[in-house]
This record gives sequence, C-alpha cells and structure tokens, in this order.
Amino acid sequence: MTSWQNNRAARDARIAAGAGLAHGKVVEASDATRLLEAVIRPGDRVCLEGDNQKQADLLSRALLAVDLSKVNDLHMVQSGVVLPEHLDLFDRGVAKRLDYAYSGPQSARIARMLFGGKIELGAIHTYLELFARYFIDLTPHVALIAAVSADRDGNLYTGPNTEDTPTVVEATAFKDGVVIAQVNEIVETVPRVDIPADRVHFVVKSDKPFFVEPLFTRDPAAITEGQILTAMLAIKGIYAPYGVQRINHGIGFSTAAIELLLPTFGERLGLKGRIATHFALNPHPALIPAIESGWVRQIHSFGSEVGMDEYIRARSDVYFTGPDGSLRSNRAFCQTAGLYACDMFIGSTLQIDLQGNSSTITTSRIAGFGGAPNMGADARGRRHPSEPWLKAGAEADPDSPAPLRRGRKLVVQIGETFGDKNVPLFVEKLDAIELAEKLNLELAPVMIYGDDVTHIVTEEGVANLLLCRTAQEREQAIRGVAGYTDVGRGRDRSMVAQLRERGVIRRPEDIGINPLDADRNMLAARSIKDLVRWSGGLYAPPSKFRNW
Amino acid sequence: MEDLSFHHPVRERAGGIRQSAIVGVVASGNLEVLVERVLPDAECAVEIKTAAMGFGEVWSAVIGDFVERYSPGGLKFSINDGGARPDTVSLRLAQAVRLIAGSEQ
Repeated sequence: MTSWQNNRAARDARIAAGAGLAHGKVVEASDATRLLEAVIRPGDRVCLEGDNQKQADLLSRALLAVDLSKVNDLHMVQSGVVLPEHLDLFDRGVAKRLDYAYSGPQSARIARMLFGGKIELGAIHTYLELFARYFIDLTPHVALIAAVSADRDGNLYTGPNTEDTPTVVEATAFKDGVVIAQVNEIVETVPRVDIPADRVHFVVKSDKPFFVEPLFTRDPAAITEGQILTAMLAIKGIYAPYGVQRINHGIGFSTAAIELLLPTFGERLGLKGRIATHFALNPHPALIPAIESGWVRQIHSFGSEVGMDEYIRARSDVYFTGPDGSLRSNRAFCQTAGLYACDMFIGSTLQIDLQGNSSTITTSRIAGFGGAPNMGADARGRRHPSEPWLKAGAEADPDSPAPLRRGRKLVVQIGETFGDKNVPLFVEKLDAIELAEKLNLELAPVMIYGDDVTHIVTEEGVANLLLCRTAQEREQAIRGVAGYTDVGRGRDRSMVAQLRERGVIRRPEDIGINPLDADRNMLAARSIKDLVRWSGGLYAPPSKFRNW
Repeated sequence: MEDLSFHHPVRERAGGIRQSAIVGVVASGNLEVLVERVLPDAECAVEIKTAAMGFGEVWSAVIGDFVERYSPGGLKFSINDGGARPDTVSLRLAQAVRLIAGSEQ
C-alpha cells in the first residue's frame, strides 16, 4: 500500500533521535553538536539562520563540529552568508551546495571559494526570491534559528530582530521539517510570542547573546559635500516634483544625507508632509531628526538596528511594535512592502553601465543581492494608482490612453561619479559580466536592471531615463551625468546639450541649486552625538560609533 | 609628484577686488587652492602639483570646463593636490573664485 505520510514519519524519527538529549525541548549548549548529529541526515537541505543582521552563531559553530561520518554534503539554503563559520562548513565538507541571497562581510572569501570549486552554487537570490523558493523547491529539512528567549514549551521571543525567522519556520515546520532554536535565555513567560511553541522542536540555551551586526548606522561626520549636493539634487529634482511619499532608502551615505537634509533643506522648500512620510526601512539612526521634526508618519522594518531599541519603543506611533513594546520586524513582509507599496527606491551602487544596469559585484568580491533588487524593480503586478507612479508612467509612455497605461516605480541610483580611491562609478562593461564568464553562470549578477532604472543622480545633475526614447538617448543621458569618468568624457556634447534642453538631463543650476551651497552645516545632525541629542538620549549607539 | 600647467584666454575679468584667497586642505583625497589676482584681465593660469600621476587629460577637461563656466579672468590658481577626485577639484576651484570675488579684504 502507498504511504502518503513518509515525510511526517521521517520528521518524527528525527525528533525522536534528538529527544534523548533534551529535557522537554531544552538541550544544553554542550550537547548542541550531538543534537545536530542526531537530527540532520547527509544531503539534507538546512537553513542555518543567517539573516542580514541576526546570526544563529552557536548553532553554526555546533554544526561545524559534527562528525563527518554522520553529517555531510548538506545543501545550505540561507539568506545571509555572514559568519566565517558559514563558509568553514564548505571547507570542512559538512556542506556542499549553497543557495543564498547576501554575503556582504564574506564577499571576498566566498568569491575565492566559488572560483576554487569549494562550493557548488545553486543560485544567488534576492531575499523574497529565496523565501519564495523555501515554499516550492528549497524547503528546509532542518532549520537552525536564533531568538532572544524561549519558555519551557518552546514559545519564542525574537526581540526587535525578528527578520527572517517567521518565514523560515513557516516553510520548515509546516512541511515536516525540524526547527531548532538557539536562545539567549529560558524564561517563565516570553515577553511576546513571535513563534508559537508547536512549530519549535528543540531549544538550545546559548551562553552568550546571538551576534547582531549594526549595518545601518551611518556617521553623519563622514558625509561629504559631494554627497550633500547629490542629496539636494534628489530632494529638489525628484522627491519634490513627483511628490514621493512612500519610499525605500538604501544604506549608503547619499541617502543618509537625504535623511539629514529633510528637516533643513526640505523644510525650507516647504516639502514637509508632501514627501517622505511613509517608509519601508530599517530603523536608520540618520532618520531620527526627520522623525523628531514631524516628517515621518510610519516605518515598517526588515530588521532592527543596534542601539535603536529604546528610541523605537518610545516612538510606537512611527514604528511597528508588539504588545511588549519592542519593535517587530519582518523581512519578508517588509520586502513585499518595498516592492508593492513604495513609489520609490533610491540607493547607491558600485558600477553603472551605458544601459543603466548596475552591480555591486567586482571580480574579487561577491556580495550577493540582499533585498535591493526587490525594492529597485518595477512591480509588474501592481494595480493601485498614486501620483508619483502615474506621473512616471506618463513620462515613460506619453502616447498610451491613461486608463490603460501602467504606472512606473521610481528607481533612482544616486552616487558620486568617482567612488572610493577614485574608482569610477560609470563603466563600459560591468565586472559582473566577467565574473559570470569566469564562473560559467548563465546570468550575470546584475543588482538593478537598466530597464527598471528611472533616474540617475550624480553631482553633475539628474538624468531622467523615463524621457529617453531610444537606446542612444539613454546612453548619452547616462554619459551626460558621468562627469570626468572615461564614460563621461566620451559623451556626444551636442546630443547631451539637446537632452538638457528637453529636461532629460538637469544640471544643478537647472534645478535652482548652487553647488557651493552644499555645506555640512545643512545637515540636521553632523555627528553621532548630535543624533543622540535629537533622540533625547534614547538612541544608544554601539561603542564603535562613540568617540566621547 | 607631477607638475601640470594650464593657460587659458578668458572672456571676462573675475569679480571683486580681493587680491588673494586660499581654500581646502592638503590631505589625501583633498586639495589646497591658492588664488591670486596677478594676471592681465583676459588671462587665467592654473599650476598644479599633484600626488597622482597620469591624470593630465582629466585635469585638462576639469580646468577647461571650469574656465568656461566661471570666466576667472586675471586669476592665477596654484593647486596642491592630494589625489582629489575631479568633482572635488571643481568644487574647490569654484569656492576659490567665490572667495576672491567676495567684498572683504
């Protein structure tokens, strides 16, 4: 007779094998490796919770220490490859295959290991894409997750960094997988239930809190005049004319400058309440002055940020918080919000080519995609109208009848024409293409495709690609704001002049901005200490950002 | 170190009466610009000492655009460059012109 419950039986057998090491669901940290040897089978798909910020670090060390005769050749399906241990697993042979989304801190080593054939690469995804595959063809057999606390039944409190946990658990627990959580403490009652106990099979108490990386703190002291100028151009040249209220910001210094110019430059332009009111955004400390000045109505977050907990708790009108008062973040929902409910994405990149394709990949570093492509893409499934979306759609396609015309999300790339060490932002050919050739990838890892990009902002001005009608115009519009890079100096001067007349390219003076006015005194906060002051002492920056 | 020198005919004399001004700092990625009102009204000169070799073409383009845009007649610029990016160079030159055109002596 056919059995239709083999997977459930297998799951029960795994749990039974681990139960000998547990009191109820609780397993001592010293038994973590033995637990994993009991529960995990060779070749399993394993999600080792590595998020953008929060890391199941105890469980990664425990997994690294397994007996290779019991556990080997695993297929890791995790959004973030962040800790050295995540890659040590492949060096040691515990794991063989990898599907992931983001590898920022390990970008150089992962590139070497991919070239060296140490890792069998499935694909590099965006967050939403990998989460989606958890439910279709990359469902984990075992999930190793991180939470702040658990009760004896296994109810979990994730704290402000909920991030990917609900998504990972949903896919694993409801498809006959085993969920193992590391927690900082076991408590009588958890402050709130982020993950219900019946989805959690084992709880390991860690001897120290899980690692969280502060990724979204930009020190205002490091913001340059050039970044301030590009931020002014973006506010006056894009936010204002389109009336953009619902936004996702990238994590670079240019967007931090925008956040810090809202209460000063933005206020003087009379834009308060008209732009930048709703965000899909991590709790950026740089947004504190705008929040305190009454600019921001609501923020939903992918994760949290180190030092922002008390500020968020005290500003629950702005942030999403639980019954316990602390932030509830959720990467999958926030990514969806950024894709469908925001009218603009604005962020920096490392390379932009002549078609407007952009990439953060260089031939020696593979940082992955993370979430930017979800924010920085036109949502073809979007159906609700809004002023900026309709205006952008009309600029791109003036001839179609309005009721049948798609709107367009504003996808803005902002940066200075030369980056760190005088490396040009604009290139003839992306390094990503060379990388794809070297690794035999079918797709070059492009962060944002050129046909999704609507505007490019540099210190040279704003290029509106929606108004370009041919590939040649598009190329010249890009060259026209590429400054003194080779790409910029290769422009057709007469064509660029024509594009300027049509408003495709707008120089600072066309927007009414004098580059000499770009001054650090315009920033609402010029240091981390200023941000602490703006927050009324509620923001507690991590020590590496304190110099007092 | 590389020394570069550019001379341009200029449409108009730079505004103001101030005789000299200095902006910026000599630091990595930055530059110091000394500007002096010492040339005939229809001339402009830029003397550059730079830490970065082989960027003559870029300097030429940056200085050409600057002269075209600001018409700094009568001014001599002496640049001490610590490998600044072209946009920083443009900004400092513009700041120097603004400063020397200012009313204070």
